[in-house]
This record gives sequence, structure tokens and C-alpha cells, in this order.
Amino acid sequence: MNTYFHSVEMDIDKCCGCTNCLKRCPTEAIRVHDGKANILPERCIDCGECIRICPHHAKKASSSPLSDINKYKLKIAIPAPALFGQFNRLDNIDIVLTGLKKLGFDRIFEVSRAAELVSEATRELIKENKLKKPIISSACPAVVRLIKIRFPELCNNVMPLLAPIEVAAKIARKEAMEETGLKSKDIGVFFITPCAAKVTEIHSPNSIKKSACDGAIAISQIYPELTQAMDHLTEIEPIAESGIIGIGWAASGGESAAMLGEKYLAADGIENVIHVLEELEDEHIRDVDFVELNACSGGCVGGVLTVENAYVARARIQNLRKFLPVSLNHLKSGYLDAMKWEKELEFDADIFRLDKDINKAFEMMSSLEDIYSGLPHLDCGSCGAPTCRAMAEDIVKGRAKETDCIFKLKEKIQSVYDQLKNTI
Amino acid sequence: MSNAIHLHYEVSADDFTRAGEASGSVKKRLKSLGYNSDAIRRVAIAMYEAEINMVIHADGGYCDVDIYPDKVEVLLADKGPGIPDVDKAMQEGFSTAPDNVRNLGFGAGMGLPNIKKYTDEMRIETTIGVGTNLYLTVNVK
Repeated sequence: MNTYFHSVEMDIDKCCGCTNCLKRCPTEAIRVHDGKANILPERCIDCGECIRICPHHAKKASSSPLSDINKYKLKIAIPAPALFGQFNRLDNIDIVLTGLKKLGFDRIFEVSRAAELVSEATRELIKENKLKKPIISSACPAVVRLIKIRFPELCNNVMPLLAPIEVAAKIARKEAMEETGLKSKDIGVFFITPCAAKVTEIHSPNSIKKSACDGAIAISQIYPELTQAMDHLTEIEPIAESGIIGIGWAASGGESAAMLGEKYLAADGIENVIHVLEELEDEHIRDVDFVELNACSGGCVGGVLTVENAYVARARIQNLRKFLPVSLNHLKSGYLDAMKWEKELEFDADIFRLDKDINKAFEMMSSLEDIYSGLPHLDCGSCGAPTCRAMAEDIVKGRAKETDCIFKLKEKIQSVYDQLKNTI
Repeated sequence: MSNAIHLHYEVSADDFTRAGEASGSVKKRLKSLGYNSDAIRRVAIAMYEAEINMVIHADGGYCDVDIYPDKVEVLLADKGPGIPDVDKAMQEGFSTAPDNVRNLGFGAGMGLPNIKKYTDEMRIETTIGVGTNLYLTVNVK
């Protein structure tokens, strides 16, 4: 089970064992033991909330260093559209793209171009009316992973199309191979990423065997070098080929606006996303064809690996795309089939259930309820679990003992003291 | 009876926004048990509708849930006004919900029909002026 790669990592020396990340984790994947936070790998969806909240910077997202591109003869950057919202007074996307070339990339293919293709493909699929409605976007890997471990009834609602980053990587690689004659292994395709979940998706994809990307470089990591390069450009190359639709994917609501219909819903921020998924599962949300969900508040511009405030970045994106054509990329024959998932999204039942054997699970649930009723229900986190209920679950799973609860421990000490007092 | 989980919830009518808490809690527990996902969905939807009914029409009540490996049994009991004509109440689109509730998107007259649709057994005991007991069973198929 632990073969799953995670981009969210701990810097154990910096962790002081506080409860900030514990309380924030949307899948209750963190426990604090012996004064240090641990991530339960099977539950982590790499949303990055713990990185965002940790006051001691003990959580980080592993991404590739820029020097990794030198392993390849031909270096291709595929920047997320969120990158374009990071710069003050930027009025031309080509300045950013030419800047990326100065950092050592030979070719650039904007992910927003692929986003326009995914939007067109989605509209086609909705028109064909073969998909289970409402269709849930597959673009945010943290959301897809969340559905995979927690929402069995919604796995079939996730749109079976590759995310724009994969489509971009595939097309960029193919074009480069055709035009240069180089072999695939000589070409390095690097995603310029706003978030940790995309790094994970490249290493452990949800719906394909292997990603077409060779690595992901954090926006925050290349930002200083990139701004420097952008400040010293002597000429600006005409590289950008995205329209309003593609650039709009950077912020929440952009992908659904590209559906060009009215029956859509867009939610952002992981807690809001969970509420919407619960409502979808209970069929409380009706009359909606398409659901866009982004784990980060504000959408991809709110990713933990960006540098600018999400809402400032979103306002800039609005400005930048104002005078662009609606869409500059359109499906060619064969594209749609190449964009489909290789395998279905399968529910991972083991993550949240107590036991494989339902009878055993019933016994565990009974004792869980008993233990829980005896706990103080303060959800203080001092035991190292995020809530008293999670603590009760840990006890029945053998991961914790009742006296990890400081109130239970106090009771026990008091009773030992009373006994001793009586014997003396 | 060792393999049964019993849960009890008070359904308060004081705060409309809290309707749905019992069904949400049951759903969470069924997921922990590794219950069949279709059955979870049916229990959650039927219970939610019944909870909303209790809040809208009956001033709250209580809810008892028994979870077995092969089925879930739910009793929703209230001390509300009772249902004068059960057959009529079962018709799709029939509703006596007040306007303030309809404005929230409820009261479309789909509550009882939906409950029937999603459960395997449904039984209503109702007495005018005394209250209503609604018994639901969802089998794992």
C-alpha cells in the first residue's frame, strides 16, 4: 500500500509537534507521536494544506531542481497558466515564456493550450451524452485522489479525460520528436507547477500507467531566477498560443466557464470541495451537468507552490486574458482518443474502512463507539490524533492507547493515587 | 445480536440548518464499516429526506438506527400533527410545506416518494395529533 509516492514531505528537525497540521488535514492523515508529526501515506492526498498552515515550515513539497533539466538533450517547459498571475504589471505572456527559455529550456508548450483542447473534448463528451452526470472535472489530482479514497459512488462521475498537464506533455513531446528526430528518452518535459498534488500525479498517476512528464519544478523555486531573466530580455519571442479559455483555467470557475453552458458548479478550497462531494453523493445537487472542483482556494493560483496571493493572481489573470481570442487550440483527428484515460478510476476501499472482514469491522465499530463515549469530546489533539473519534479509531486499530488522552491519563493517575492513599 | 450497531439521534427542529446531521453521521459510520456503497447512498438519501420531513412538518423527533451486516433499519419518530391522508402524501409533487421552506428548495413533494424509491421496506404508523413513526429498511444487495 505504501508504494504510493507523496510529494508532501516532513522536515523532522523543524517539527515541534504542535497540532496545526493535525487539525487542518482534510483526510485526517496526520498523527503526532513522540512530539513529531507523521503522515499516514495511504490517506494523504497531497493537497498541501499542512504545508500552508505549518508555522515552523516543517512540511515541504518535493519538486525537481532546475538542474534536472540538464539530464536531457532537449528541454521542454510546460508552464501552468497560474504562473502568469505571479508577476506585477505583466501585460504580455511571451515575456514569461521567453524568460523560461533564458533559464535553459529549448521549447515551451503552455499547459493552457492543452486546457483548451480538454475543454473542447469535454464539450464533445457532454454533447454525446454518454457520461454519467453530473460530470466531475478530473483536472485537480488532489480532488481525484480524494474521490478515489472516500467517495465510491462518485468514481464513475469523474470525467475520463487526462488533465491538461498530461495532454500538454504528450503533444509537446511528440512535436519535438517529429521536428528534431530525437528519441523520447533524450527529451525532458518539465511541468512548472503551482502545487504539490501535481508533483505527485506525475510520479503516481491516478488513471494512466506513466506520466509523459519527467519532472515538476515549483513556481516558487524558479521565481527569483525567472524574474531576473525577464528583467533582462533584449527581445521577446512570440511563443504564446492560448486564448481566454486556456488562461482562465488558472483560477476557479475558468474550466466551467469554458463549458459554454449554464448548468455548472465550481467550488474551491478543500473543505468546500468535500461538502460539495458529500452533497453530490447524497443527490442533493441536481440539475447540474458539470462540476469543477479545485482543492486550493481560488483554484490553481492558490497552490502552495505559488508566490503571489491567490486573489491578486486571479485579478491579474483576468486582465491578461482580456484582449485574447476565445480559444486558439482545437481538436484534431485522433486527439480525443489519445486524451482518454487508460484505466478506470477504481475506488480504494481499504483506506477508510476498519477491516476487510465486515464482521470484524462490526466488532471494531462497537468497541470504537464504547471508547469514544468515554473520551472527553474536546477534540484537543493532545493525544496526537485530530479528534476524539479519530483517537478511538486509532485505539481499535492498535495505533494508540487510551492513556494517550491526557484526560484519561489524569483519571488513571488519580485512581492510582486514591488506591494508594487507601492502603496507607 | 453481537453484529449490530445501534445509533440514536435527536432531531432538533430549532435549527433548520442542522437537518441532515444524523444521516451524515450514519453515512460516515457505514463507510468505516466498509458497507456496500450503493446501500450507503440509499440509506443516506432516504434518511435525509425523512429528517427534513421531521423538521419541516413535525417539530423534530428522534431517530434510531440499527446497522446489521446485511441491512440497515431506521425508525424516525416524531410527536407532530400526523399525516391525514398517507396515500396522498405518497404522491409525487404533493406537499404541505410552507413557503419559507420551499424558498430553500425543499417542499417539492418528493420526500416520501423518494424515501420509498430508495428503501426496500417502508412502513408509516401515523395518528392525527399524536405523531408519526416511519420505519425504513435498506437491504444490502
